[in-house]
Amino acid sequence: MAQPAIQPMTLAEKLVARAAGRDFVRPGEVVTCKVDLAMMHDSGGPRRVAPMLERLQAKIWNPDRVVVISDHYVPAVDAESAGILDLTRKWVKAAGISRFHDMQGICHVVLPERGHLRPGMFVVGGDSHSPTGGAFGAYMFGVGATEMCGVLVTGEIWLRVPETILLHWSGRLGPGLAAKDMILAMCARLGMDGGRYQAIQYAGDTIAALPMQERMTLSNMAAELGAQAGLIAPDAVTAAYLRSVGVPDDTIGGEGWQADPAADVAERHDFDAAALAPMVAAPHSPANSAPATEHRGTRIDQAYIGACTGAKINDLRMAAAVLKGRKVAGGTRLLIAPASTRTTAEAAADGTLAILTEAGAILMPSGCGACAGYGAGVLAEGETCIASTARNFRGRMGAATSKVYLGSPYTVAAAAVAGEIRDPRDMLAGGGAA
Amino acid sequence: MSMTPFTGRVWKFGDNIDTDVLAPGLYMKSPMAELARHCLEAVEPRFAREVRPGDIVVGGRNFGMGSSREQAVMALRELGVAAVLAPTFAGIFYRNALNLGLLVLVCPAAQEIPAGAQLTLDPAMASARTETGKTFACEPLPAHLLQMVAEGGLLPHLENKLRSQQVREARR
Ligand code: SF4
Repeated sequence: MAQPAIQPMTLAEKLVARAAGRDFVRPGEVVTCKVDLAMMHDSGGPRRVAPMLERLQAKIWNPDRVVVISDHYVPAVDAESAGILDLTRKWVKAAGISRFHDMQGICHVVLPERGHLRPGMFVVGGDSHSPTGGAFGAYMFGVGATEMCGVLVTGEIWLRVPETILLHWSGRLGPGLAAKDMILAMCARLGMDGGRYQAIQYAGDTIAALPMQERMTLSNMAAELGAQAGLIAPDAVTAAYLRSVGVPDDTIGGEGWQADPAADVAERHDFDAAALAPMVAAPHSPANSAPATEHRGTRIDQAYIGACTGAKINDLRMAAAVLKGRKVAGGTRLLIAPASTRTTAEAAADGTLAILTEAGAILMPSGCGACAGYGAGVLAEGETCIASTARNFRGRMGAATSKVYLGSPYTVAAAAVAGEIRDPRDMLAGGGAA
Repeated sequence: MSMTPFTGRVWKFGDNIDTDVLAPGLYMKSPMAELARHCLEAVEPRFAREVRPGDIVVGGRNFGMGSSREQAVMALRELGVAAVLAPTFAGIFYRNALNLGLLVLVCPAAQEIPAGAQLTLDPAMASARTETGKTFACEPLPAHLLQMVAEGGLLPHLENKLRSQQVREARR
């Protein structure tokens, strides 16, 4: 539980102080924190840390605090990826790690879905989108494999106590708008380094009204703002989600993890949800975002709904709202890779999946897929794609000359139907289904 | 690596050089030598072919943004890059570089260093000088981090730490 503060602290400071075993920390101090949980995936995990641990002849400090999730190379497409997955399975077994999820979906979605996260935790992830855990009021951030090896050996990591950058949203999101539009607008305003590797906290009535999956999209893409963490203070929505995935009530403990009202933040930026339009990020940066109408008429070869940030159940439902009764345009392909097997099951149960496939979407396995160019669905030279993923760096989704636009699942689905980028609101209720 | 002053040729890049151009996803399964051949090819196809051991990469703001993949650092090391100078670095890349023993220095005026310059870098003094005598100040690395880079990164450092622990336990 949170200690009563001696001086007012931000949420980030409270989380770091607890993990550092301190009553109080100040931004800029370097502290050593005890890690509650370490998450790795198949790409940056066992295949990289196993040889290092061997070289050190060291054991994992506590296998019960490690979660391994195979998602980047699933399902295997060639001997190399099959080998990586095989190594992962064998290593996990030998290391005595019981929390292993093999081909069940993308790590950032599977981790909370399987009840591993809760407010107040201090968590490192072997992936840059680890700030996703901040949506649950956990201090979670990404590290490389060598640093992960250090954590596995010592159970600790050093940290410069971050400043807090408050991103405050007020007003109601209009129909056809999503967290993805919010985060792209923030990327456009603050730039890819606006987060300065400090801690972002999202707050305001707009955030409070968002479901957990949408909050995860914001926290996830704190990475695109260059922040170390992307926190949202836990509330009743958080508790309800955690309960729904089987986290026992008495361990949820969200109440203590709020910023003190008098705590200092380094920066505050205000955003108006009511004034937001669907946003599209043009190649090759999420910061290159503008209202979708500015890209109206841009032809696309592929539409991709996938990734930790863009293929959760809510994302699929958004796509279905556009695709219901419509068809993917000729000459365009729509690939959908649900973020987890649970997402697929949920979408099958509520009829979402049928709407997507009837529209002509091609269903892909749950995993990172084409998002980072590791799996199936990558782009040819010169091709253009619009994706619900987090990044559109040059060559990320395939050939070096391919181009990727980013948008919400509504916007990606609308582009699939039109064969070109559109404002998705034209195709939602009132816009008249074809 | 040695922390004495050294001279290298400058390769210059702009703002927001990302991990996906440093270590393209298409080659992430490949051995490091193969992956490194594609390092930065999407922005400068000549780089991987022509860079020589000891050369210095000079970047713009937010160098190394994006993924946590250490291959972004390893590819530069594989090609023999001796140091990266930039006005700001992405946080994870910066930590990865130090952990893997790649010298990274924050140099506010890095973008004024001319491409192709012969740059002499003094890691301990955190300063750089071109062959024409123009000097560029960098932010000094804390001594323990400079030491870790000199040792070759976090792994050698951990090795030393574990060894001294074993020695202590053996004495008990
Ligand atoms: S889906 Fe994409 S962004 Fe998410 S973890 Fe996988 S590769 Fe990274």
